[in-house]
Amino acid sequence: MIDIRGLDVVFGRGQQAFHAVRDVSLAVEAGQSFGLVGESGSGKTTVLRALAGLLDRVATVSGHMAVADEILQQHRSRAFRRRVQMVFQDPYGSLHPRHTVDTILAEPARVHGLDRIEQRVVEALEEVGLDASFRFRYPHQISGGQRQRVSVARALITEPDIVLLDEPTSALDVSVQAEVLNLLMRLKREYGLTYVLVSHNLAVVAHMCETLSVMQNGAIVETMSVQQLRAHNSTMPYTRQLLTASLGYDRGAIDAFEEFGQ
Amino acid sequence: MSALTLRGWLLAESPASKAQARCQRLFIGWLAFRRNPVAVIGLLIIVSLVLIALLAPWLTLNAALEPDLANRLIPPGSQHWFGTDELGRDILDRIIWGSRITLYIVGLVSIIVVPIGLLIGVVAGYVGGWVDNVLMRLTDIFLAFPRLILAMALVAALGPGLENAVLAIALTTWSPFARIARAEALTIRNSDFILAARMQGVSTAGILARHVAPLCMSSVIVRLTLDMAGIILTAAGLGFLGLGAQPPTPEWGAMISLGRQYLIDQWWVPTMPGIAILVVSLGFNLLGDGLRDVFDPKSGGG
Amino acid sequence: MDNSPLLSVEDLHVTYHTPTGLVQAVKGVSFDLGREKLGIVGESGSGKSQTGRAILGLTAPGGVVRAKRLEFDGINLLHADQRTLRRVRGGGISMIMQDPKYSLNPVMTVGKQIEEAFLVHSNDSKAEARRRTLEMLRAVRIREPERVYEAYPHEVSGGMGQRIMIAMMMMPEPSIIIADEPTSALDVTVQLQVLAVLDDMISERGMGLIFISHDLNLIASFCDRILIMYGGQVMEECRAAELAQAKHPYTRGLLDCLPRLDGAREELAVLQRDPVWLETRGGSQ
Repeated sequence: MIDIRGLDVVFGRGQQAFHAVRDVSLAVEAGQSFGLVGESGSGKTTVLRALAGLLDRVATVSGHMAVADEILQQHRSRAFRRRVQMVFQDPYGSLHPRHTVDTILAEPARVHGLDRIEQRVVEALEEVGLDASFRFRYPHQISGGQRQRVSVARALITEPDIVLLDEPTSALDVSVQAEVLNLLMRLKREYGLTYVLVSHNLAVVAHMCETLSVMQNGAIVETMSVQQLRAHNSTMPYTRQLLTASLGYDRGAIDAFEEFGQ
Repeated sequence: MSALTLRGWLLAESPASKAQARCQRLFIGWLAFRRNPVAVIGLLIIVSLVLIALLAPWLTLNAALEPDLANRLIPPGSQHWFGTDELGRDILDRIIWGSRITLYIVGLVSIIVVPIGLLIGVVAGYVGGWVDNVLMRLTDIFLAFPRLILAMALVAALGPGLENAVLAIALTTWSPFARIARAEALTIRNSDFILAARMQGVSTAGILARHVAPLCMSSVIVRLTLDMAGIILTAAGLGFLGLGAQPPTPEWGAMISLGRQYLIDQWWVPTMPGIAILVVSLGFNLLGDGLRDVFDPKSGGG
Repeated sequence: MDNSPLLSVEDLHVTYHTPTGLVQAVKGVSFDLGREKLGIVGESGSGKSQTGRAILGLTAPGGVVRAKRLEFDGINLLHADQRTLRRVRGGGISMIMQDPKYSLNPVMTVGKQIEEAFLVHSNDSKAEARRRTLEMLRAVRIREPERVYEAYPHEVSGGMGQRIMIAMMMMPEPSIIIADEPTSALDVTVQLQVLAVLDDMISERGMGLIFISHDLNLIASFCDRILIMYGGQVMEECRAAELAQAKHPYTRGLLDCLPRLDGAREELAVLQRDPVWLETRGGSQ
């Protein structure tokens, strides 16, 4: 479904050039959940945005990317924009502050010339567990968790095959996170979606994904199955350190932490 | 609809339609605006201006453009509240009719300046690159022109008259709006909601029109109201130089110009229109300040 | 070291008067703090940050703080005058906040800021202040203290920025540190390294720590004792080691809804909020 080979992303030019992603390759099967794990600056979000075609004017993207047998060019096709959707991290920034929920949901439907727009909007809201009373509210009138649900609803309106998830629950309270993760899992099962999930939280990735790649400094350190992750079965010291750290505070273990520099 | 249900409708937690949602937002903005008494005074002044202009035929007693030489230069009194001018015309009446001209100038300039400034600014800020450069240099060129000089040049080319004066003012006023719109667009263009719109396949034009421009409107409107005073004064200045409205049009600036020789002995002739300009400029300034406070994100209005 | 509590809080209330009515951010919170690491955990809106700020008198304008007792080192913090409060802030109780980007002055070098923090509470010479600053930078395990001394806040990484904050807050030798989400903006390995520094300093100096966070796992593994807050009240108090045996349904709900590395991959248990929890209670049990 998704095939990436030798992806390179460079921000800026000449002296100021910053190599955010180096020679990244990954493959995602249809209906699979693929995790991209890493700390900040690892390049995981950049990979997602490169795939989404959102780095147009800000970076130089090179390498081979193909989605559902369509090789991706400089500009994404209309079919791509319908087939691939994204849910962003910040529930406060990913909805236009002056648009009502109805406008936000109707827009993608209108852009792609879908029929029965009003019905689709109402159905999408129901799908994510929000009732009709939310339809004409503004983003600042609903909670963070509800905003993320609207983001998910927006991603579903075009009936996509692939949903890119950029830290979808990092900004949410733990109890709300559980609800949103459950929602995402249910939708995936119901619609046979393919997910690419970016997160710094190993527990979330272990819960949601079947396969994952660990990234550091723009490169993939290791690709493993979730079973390997849960068994702490890794040969790479970086991954092992990440796993140890995700278990919580352990004074002894911390002294053994290494700096994984450039 | 009784007052109680109207308020209830405006404050309801779940609006049932887009129209209701919009009305609610305006209402909440109004409540925030209302808390500032000085801003409300500004609003009242402007509203009065509009009402006076609309009701001019019913408010004036005499034909304001007819000379009445027997009654020249009468000081303010019970029959002529603001006195009469050098041709015997009632000054209050002329000021009332002149309010229409003031509104005309202000309205026409706004209609020209806001769309042009917004369009150029938003495109420059969002698209960036060489387009931004070219548009900003264009903006710089117009920004560099001193208003009155350009106005005089235009009038020399096109002939005196109110419309030409308005055109001249508009040409020298749009630049700051483009700058403001561009600054907002630059801030907004990397927001997640813009990326989301791009993810959906919304065209650049669609993004500019439906996503970026609405967010620039607040700053632009505030700037417009604050600039209004300057626009009125420039028009008055042009009128003063004989470049704007031509006699016998009761444009306030022209009235001051023609009346300035009477300043010492018949002070009311130039002073009354001067006060009118002062009050209206002040009104716009206060209104603009009040709007800025409302649109400030911290107050949650707009 | 004596065993009397460093800080006593009894029936703390923080109320805000807003145009839409009364908002009770903190409703009757009580606890004592000894020479230990006390964690206050809760979701957004639980009142945990408000509690921390109220102790230091840093409640936002418009907020009213009431309590039966708010005592530090024999001083009644509620009725103390400005001079005493200034002495307590920094010298007695210090605070570390979430993002060093916003709490460090961007136009002053790191060294100068730390010195300033020191000189506010003592009359030593500048030379002595510099010496102490470098010593403190070393104590928070910054490898090249002289270089960092001359650096500006934007030139250092997030983790280093927080260690600088710790250094700055430790300079006047307080007895208590209140840390409000001090590591939430950091990567997980850096988080733990910063906490290790804090941990060591607290134990060495016999200080008390109030650690406020939303991260239940982190608090459970880092702190000695935990207070779980919801709706402005303390739902449960327990020893960190005994968290898994917590009894209150809210605590259990929070524990159960966390995705776990070794957990089952089915639906996560969803927290069912019982309105009973919001009702005002008598004590903290």
